[in-house]
Amino acid sequence: MTTAIAVEAQSARKDYGSGQFAVRALDDVSVRIEKGSFFTLLGPSGCGKTTLLRLIAGFETPSAGKILLGGRDITYDPPNKRPVNTVFQSYALFPHLTVAQNIGFGLQMLGRPKREIAAAVDKMLALVQLEDFAGRKPQQLSGGQQQRVALARALAPEPEVLLLDEPLSALDLKLRKEMQRELKRLQTETGITFIFVTHDQEEALTMSDRIAVMRKGNILQIGAPREIYNHPKDRFVADFIGETNFLSGTVEEGAIRLTSGDLVEAPTQGRSGKVTLAVRPEQVRISGAGDPGSLAATVADSVYFGTDTHCHLRLADGTEIVARLQSAASGEAGLARGDQVSLRFEAGAAQVVDE
Amino acid sequence: MADTRFSVSRLPGFSTIAVGVFIILYLPILMLVIYSFNGGNSIAVWEGFSLQWYPKAWNNEQVRDVTMRSLTIASAAALISTTVALMAALGTTRRKQTKGQTFVYLMINQPLMVPEIVTAVALLIVFAAIKVATGYQGLGYLILAHSAFCIPFAYLPIRARLEGMDLTLETAAGDLYATPWQTFRHVTLPIVMPGAIAGLMLAFVTSLDDVIITLFVKSAGQDTLPTYMLAQIRRSVSAEVNAISTLLLVLTVILLTGFFLLTRKRT
Ligand SMILES: Nc1ncnc2c1ncn2[C@@H]1O[C@H](COP(=O)(O)OP(=O)(O)OP(=O)(O)O)[C@@H](O)[C@H]1O
Ligand SMILES: [Mg+2]
Repeated sequence: MTTAIAVEAQSARKDYGSGQFAVRALDDVSVRIEKGSFFTLLGPSGCGKTTLLRLIAGFETPSAGKILLGGRDITYDPPNKRPVNTVFQSYALFPHLTVAQNIGFGLQMLGRPKREIAAAVDKMLALVQLEDFAGRKPQQLSGGQQQRVALARALAPEPEVLLLDEPLSALDLKLRKEMQRELKRLQTETGITFIFVTHDQEEALTMSDRIAVMRKGNILQIGAPREIYNHPKDRFVADFIGETNFLSGTVEEGAIRLTSGDLVEAPTQGRSGKVTLAVRPEQVRISGAGDPGSLAATVADSVYFGTDTHCHLRLADGTEIVARLQSAASGEAGLARGDQVSLRFEAGAAQVVDE
Repeated sequence: MADTRFSVSRLPGFSTIAVGVFIILYLPILMLVIYSFNGGNSIAVWEGFSLQWYPKAWNNEQVRDVTMRSLTIASAAALISTTVALMAALGTTRRKQTKGQTFVYLMINQPLMVPEIVTAVALLIVFAAIKVATGYQGLGYLILAHSAFCIPFAYLPIRARLEGMDLTLETAAGDLYATPWQTFRHVTLPIVMPGAIAGLMLAFVTSLDDVIITLFVKSAGQDTLPTYMLAQIRRSVSAEVNAISTLLLVLTVILLTGFFLLTRKRT
């Protein structure tokens, strides 16, 4: 089966400035984004997320490479010729227009008849639950309401692709969670391809069909949230998405000998010599001292977080490992600094990652 | 808690000086307004309240003639200078800071810095040459001259407005299928409009009370209200001039109030 591709970047490169001030914001990035999917660009500040979005929107042209929309080369089309709309981080609502006029703006510029615009605006107002606010000016709305207007405005012309650049970052935590679900619902209901930018890994994991993890102008890994979380390709991805323990060791007969001397079962992926193992804290199990087939460890610290407890353990050579234990389920309450315990990793938990 | 910062307002004699300055600024204006209601033909001796000078001024053919000329020139100059200023402001606020920018600002604001008398003489020379070459004697020269020195007054409020404008709004308009012209028409223009109207008013007022450049540039029989008043006062002191000044003052206050209301920060 071939899935339709909504947007494709082919070796897209973007250089800003020149000479000694030159910055390569995007370093030959290639990516295909499936039609109707919720695709997230995730990465730390300055990694080029906004730049990639701006290339797709047409606010910038790439220094090299191509941008395709539905297979058509749009690299040099101006923004107003692309069936792509953007939700800006600052919302960028027109202050002199009412909510309804803001939402109808795109269709008005496309020269659609008044009736059609009015109908579309009503539909959008209902979709984002702002029916009672049609006549207000943006300044008279709360942050969350402005956010909804920005969404409705971008969705009204029914673009092929909707670009969202950290649209939730200005909202407080509670509203943010609410809008996350709202966005997901809108995406499912409209079937429009969403390209979403965030540097919040949790947001990326909960909302996306696929995630691209970026760093310094490159895409390191693309995959479904589970795939990225459970099988991070390298140390950066593992560290950026959720907390991770990193352990150094050497490959020894299909297993890995840690620096502490313990032997850990893990797929070596045909590697040899020194490797790095990544283990998620919630996949570390603790039992009483002297458990056979386990690693001997000492409790260095135990921090209570409510639903779970983070237990800092030390292996024989001093390597630190964090275990996240569910407070209710385990006997974590009994752990005290200096206790001798055994720890082991759940099956398949230990992953070899690139440095 | 005691405020230990330096404050001019605590210097000895500050309030005395402040009050003195205000008296010098406003007392003459107050006198002028009061004497416009004087019963006698003096601007120094009070002879009882009367409204006579207003209808007198209005019925004076010459006063009406110069008022019309002043309003014509001020309207035309305000429109022209605001249009030019708008384009200049769009040109100077939309691009990255460049080396030549300060120079451009200086050029635009030249009339604020060069002594008016210099500009007046310069314009006189140029216009004289044109008059000889073309034979044209109309109001065009005055309108052009006024437009030129009104530009900085129109430019400043427009620039302030444009600099305060979020450029993402224009990006957003383009994203929503607006062509560059539509973006200007539906987003930029409505947003700078208060600045443009403020500029228009300021330019209008500035043109209305100009004397020096007008005196140098005008042809015979092209008196404006201020030059007419000057001539009147030189000849014979008349309370009619007070009445006209008071009316001008009222007009200016109305326009400037409008200007402040428009440029006031709105949230
Ligand atoms: N207009 C510009 N001129 C020069 N450099 C730029 C410009 N825009 C972006 N950059 C640089 O390009 C790099 C990528 O920027 P970009 O805005 O794409 O990052 P980002 O991933 O969106 O970061 P953030 O999460 O902080 O928004 C950064 O190093 C940035 O400094
Ligand atoms: Mg960004």
